[in-house]
Amino acid sequence: MTQYLDFEKPLAEIEGKAAELRALARGDSSVDFADEAQALDTKAAQLLEDLYKTLSPWRKCQVARHPDRPHCRDYIDQLFTEYTPLAGDRNFADDHAVMGGLARFEDKPVMVIGHEKGHDTKSRIERNFGMARPEGYRKAIRLMQMAGRFGLPVITLVDTPGAYPGKGAEERGQSEAIARATEACLQIPVPLVSVIIGEGGSGGAVAFATANRVAMLEHSVYSVISPEGCASILWKDAEKMIEAAEALRLTAQDLQGLGVIDRIIPEPRGGAHRDKANTVKAVGKAIGTMLGELKKKDGAALVKDRRQKFLSMGSKGLAA
Amino acid sequence: MNWITNYVRPRINSIFSRRETPENLWQKCDECGTMLFHRELSGNQNVCTNCGHHMAITPRERFNALFDNGIFTEVKVPEPLADPLQFRDQKKYPDRMKAAQKQTGEKEAMLVATGEIGRTPIVAAAQDFSFMGGSMGMYVGNAIIAAAEEAVKLKRPLILFSAAGGARMQEGILSLMQMPRTTVAIQMLKEAGLPYIVVLTHPTTGGVTASYAMLGDVHIAEPNALICFAGPRVIEQTIREKLPEGFQRAEYLLDHGMLDRVTPRTKLRDELISIVRLLLGMPQAVKGDLAPPEPTAKPEATAGK
Ligand SMILES: [Zn+2]
Repeated sequence: MTQYLDFEKPLAEIEGKAAELRALARGDSSVDFADEAQALDTKAAQLLEDLYKTLSPWRKCQVARHPDRPHCRDYIDQLFTEYTPLAGDRNFADDHAVMGGLARFEDKPVMVIGHEKGHDTKSRIERNFGMARPEGYRKAIRLMQMAGRFGLPVITLVDTPGAYPGKGAEERGQSEAIARATEACLQIPVPLVSVIIGEGGSGGAVAFATANRVAMLEHSVYSVISPEGCASILWKDAEKMIEAAEALRLTAQDLQGLGVIDRIIPEPRGGAHRDKANTVKAVGKAIGTMLGELKKKDGAALVKDRRQKFLSMGSKGLAA
Repeated sequence: MNWITNYVRPRINSIFSRRETPENLWQKCDECGTMLFHRELSGNQNVCTNCGHHMAITPRERFNALFDNGIFTEVKVPEPLADPLQFRDQKKYPDRMKAAQKQTGEKEAMLVATGEIGRTPIVAAAQDFSFMGGSMGMYVGNAIIAAAEEAVKLKRPLILFSAAGGARMQEGILSLMQMPRTTVAIQMLKEAGLPYIVVLTHPTTGGVTASYAMLGDVHIAEPNALICFAGPRVIEQTIREKLPEGFQRAEYLLDHGMLDRVTPRTKLRDELISIVRLLLGMPQAVKGDLAPPEPTAKPEATAGK
């Protein structure tokens, strides 16, 4: 059962009506609503198509946060084989908001690291809703450096509202952990490719996404601050998140225009959450392409290119 | 209605804007309330002579006190695109910029300079909290890259004074991209074997703390400076409990292993000279006032305006 977003209300009504008709027909064999139900289905499909063709930035934020959207775990399960999770920062704890380990992608050994939000109440709490603490970034640093030593490409999957704003996280050096993770991204002499699969929340995302190639799913978002946070600071009103989302230019389309990301991965009609299998497949294809582009480069060239990519960022602006 | 307070006071304030405060005016310490002579306060680098509270100081004032005889040369910072996102909230970004420029007399939120401290050549960069909260956008990123490149070119250490509310939201994702950009700059210094000293001043928060401000060889903070990733208000809202006294202040970070030292502003210069000279294997500096340098034929040095 799909969980509808607020802007999908008209769609929910049509799909509800079609389901009702079919239920009626099942209960009473003397009536036949097949044609009516079919007409409603067509109407719903068209509406869904239209809604998702013109998603506003704020609506994209809602889609990117949809609880049924495929998460890191789904990608790892379906795109990788022999996944061998590795745990802990060797210092304080294992952060369950970050998962990662050794695996094979298209039969070749790689290191995969990502934020995991969880899929039900229990796992969401365990995963801290994908908000990593310093241990999560330090685990990622450890895995990236290991990959660097053994020549394994690194694939990161980004899906986080941001780093966890907690007391312990600050005491244990959240800032330092993020800074070091970004630094590790810039240092490893192996291909590093990143996909923003849902929310790319601020420093918590950059710490994973300072990559040779960065892709975004069509309706994912990547931003310096959440629209709600931006609205409460600049508009002094958190309810102005629609305006803030607009102003921040956080969509995959705008970020490609700014030269911040390299490619957009199309989502199935109605968003990734309506067709997980094909979304995962499309992401897998993009990862394969991006790794292929980097295959011929040696470690020094990969590091140099990565630095140059970020140094030269910001030369392209967007028109009003 | 009192016409003196409602009419005359604002006019007097506007006539004597902050930049032109006559030397005989008084300023109140925001911590202990003592009225301090402006001249006395600025002579003490804006540190209250009564309670030791550290008030904000502009990069120019700081460099005047830091460099030998207040002599330094500004390093040119490449100009970034203006308003790349065409950002507007309740105001347009270019209007906010103009207002900040008018209010501070500065172009942007960071000043980079070369000069000598205790006859030790350095490059220094200082962030200006009075300019849009010191926020990190393309310009600040460019400034740090320029500072690192200058340091590498001249084979000098870089001393960076951080102060920022975080990223420049009006530059959206491009402000976020300054985290990797400035990290590349710091890597250039480290690969060249040059010391990178960070002085964290009040406040240093958000993406600034989570990038170049936490990557120093040595971290020094000014007393009681707020240093954090997430601000105390955000944390209190998240965890729904009151934070302990002094949480995220310099002394607290020192206790938690994030800093090497907490040093009062008035002692900072001598300490920086020592650290830099020790790291570079130079002999101990001569303390006390130094004779002014030999006049050079070419007036390459410019004091703060
Ligand atoms: Zn005082």
